[in-house]
Amino acid sequence: MMITLEYNFREPRTRTFYGYEAGDAFYEALIEAHRDLDEEQSALVNARLVLLLANHVGDVDLLREAIRLAREDVVGG
Amino acid sequence: MLKTYQYPKFPFVRPAELDSPQTRHVPVIVVGAGPVGLSAAIDLAQRNIPVVLLDEDDTVSIGSRGVCYAKRALEILDRYGVGERVVQKGVSWNVGRTFFRDEEVFRFNLVPEPDHHRPGMVNLQQYYLEEYLIDRARELPNIDLRWKSTVIGVTPGEDAVTVRVETPAGAYALSCDWLIAADGARSPIRRMLGLDIEGKIFMDRFLIADVVMKADFPPERWFWFDPPFHPGQSVLLHRQADDVWRIDFQLGWDADPEEEKKPERVIPRIRAMLGDDREFELEWVSVYTFQCRRMKRFNHGRVLFVGDSAHQVSPFGARGANSGIQDVDNLGWKLELVMQGKAPAALLDTYSDERTYAADENIRNSTRSTDFITPKGNVSKTFRNAVLGLARHHPFARGLVNSGRLSVPSFYVDSPLNTPDADAFAGRMVPGAPMDDAPVAAAGGGSPWLLPHFGQGFRLMIALDDAAALDAATAEGLAALRRGAIPVEPIVIAREGGAPGGIETLHDVKGRVRERYDLQPGTVYLVRPDQHVAARWRRFDPAAIEAALRRASGQRA
Ligand SMILES: Cc1cc2nc3c(=O)[nH]c(=O)nc-3n(C[C@H](O)[C@H](O)[C@H](O)COP(=O)(O)OP(=O)(O)OC[C@H]3O[C@@H](n4cnc5c(N)ncnc54)[C@H](O)[C@@H]3O)c2cc1C
Repeated sequence: MMITLEYNFREPRTRTFYGYEAGDAFYEALIEAHRDLDEEQSALVNARLVLLLANHVGDVDLLREAIRLAREDVVGG
Repeated sequence: MLKTYQYPKFPFVRPAELDSPQTRHVPVIVVGAGPVGLSAAIDLAQRNIPVVLLDEDDTVSIGSRGVCYAKRALEILDRYGVGERVVQKGVSWNVGRTFFRDEEVFRFNLVPEPDHHRPGMVNLQQYYLEEYLIDRARELPNIDLRWKSTVIGVTPGEDAVTVRVETPAGAYALSCDWLIAADGARSPIRRMLGLDIEGKIFMDRFLIADVVMKADFPPERWFWFDPPFHPGQSVLLHRQADDVWRIDFQLGWDADPEEEKKPERVIPRIRAMLGDDREFELEWVSVYTFQCRRMKRFNHGRVLFVGDSAHQVSPFGARGANSGIQDVDNLGWKLELVMQGKAPAALLDTYSDERTYAADENIRNSTRSTDFITPKGNVSKTFRNAVLGLARHHPFARGLVNSGRLSVPSFYVDSPLNTPDADAFAGRMVPGAPMDDAPVAAAGGGSPWLLPHFGQGFRLMIALDDAAALDAATAEGLAALRRGAIPVEPIVIAREGGAPGGIETLHDVKGRVRERYDLQPGTVYLVRPDQHVAARWRRFDPAAIEAALRRASGQRA
């Protein structure tokens, strides 16, 4: 399986009419998750989130690919 | 004084009420001749309802405010007779480009679908829009537009509302059945009635500059995150009419608005952006903060709030005036039915229900945009920059880049006026949906677009292959609907032929109507006067249509 890089956000239980709504809803929830946290707590929440999602994905080859893409441009860039 | 525009000055006319001891009573008073109040007056006047329109000033909107008018607002302005002038004078655009630091990361097209009459957006200075609406209002004999007329008191009652109006020649009282408060964000009427408006203010300031320059940039919206010429902040560039360009610079909360407005601070900012050799002249500068808030309800007895008086959004998404014009589109026909005694006053509750729903959508979207554009805190900023960095390479991240989700109409899917589908349909023209436009050929002449054939009153759209094949029983049913207390005008959509009995026939020349509305021969749509879908069926059933019409006009089905 290849990593999905096309826009893939959706909210199956809500009927939406504009393509950006699901992604924006996710993004809002993501930022909201950090409200009132200090930096250390925020970093921990992010780490836990990565681990939860990684387990959901499960496929370690795919995760390696995601890790590679995540580091791209950040290191030495 | 602007270099490219001269503000008109409208004369104050001494009103007869000043010389009469009695309080005159009129059907409707609209307070505020901004874009929304003017639209309200025109909508009602086009329904043969006389309107007194009061404004405290004697000219149009001063300086740089609204710029972008969206497709849906243009379609409504078409019905008010000013859409074409706005489109002709304005700069039409569909493409938006987004830059992060010194690179372009993403571009979007507002109308990815072909075959719509109006473009995604038209840019035009707000004073032009108001001027055109005023011209139109002055053509309509039943609009009594009074300048230099400030409402200083309001007394609501069971049967009437009385306002006190102050003018340069003295004060007078005027009473009405219905008062429409279009008196802007600070709404004196809202305050005089002690009504709350709740929401939040964004802790940021924006410098708004209009510059006149000759530039051959394409008509696109350009948005920069953290550009080299304005590090750490965002910048937006829009082209308006008359070679006037609008630039919005994010300044941060700590900026001093008075300092920032000085030309010696503004000009270097613009130079840094445009380069040293570009010649330009400064037309207008102001510094704004923004808030997102709305009233709990928009109707309070006989007082109806529309536009900024009822709700305000941050400008990312251009949802201010655009949504105010949609308020009026929603209100006009309902108020007419109530005033005619054909619908209960409770129909006006659905004005509030549908438009608070829309306001929430507008506030939600513009808040999300503002939070993306001006991230508060390190984590938000890191995520924002991560999205922008990934957007260079990956489509999914481009979808998350939020530099403003531009004004689009609401689908009133939860409205009590809708009749839920009993038959299966594909696509998005669900009950509550704003109609999609499409090209047509009108057998009897008229617009080559679908939407202008709808609106004003209820319409029934019936699809056939050959319009001439409309059977006698259906034709009789349609004629009966036309004669009803709330008349429903039929429109046949067909591939070919003309419907018998002079029923308006439109040919679906490109098949887009069929495609967008999932039409089959026999399919019927009941459409509200504001061009939202009320109900639809796979076959013509007069009893079902009657019930849906009762429901859509606020009567018990
Ligand atoms: C920087 C900026 C950018 C914007 N960009 C956009 C955009 O791109 N697209 C968009 O759609 N919207 C935009 N907006 C929002 C838009 O300007 C407003 O939503 C719009 O003007 C609201 O119209 P209105 O008629 O409700 O109120 P207003 O335009 O505020 O009009 C209110 C009227 O009421 C009158 N009035 C007030 N009190 C009284 C009284 N007591 N008696 C009599 N008359 C009274 C005033 O004189 C005024 O004429 C922008 C706003 C700003 C500030």
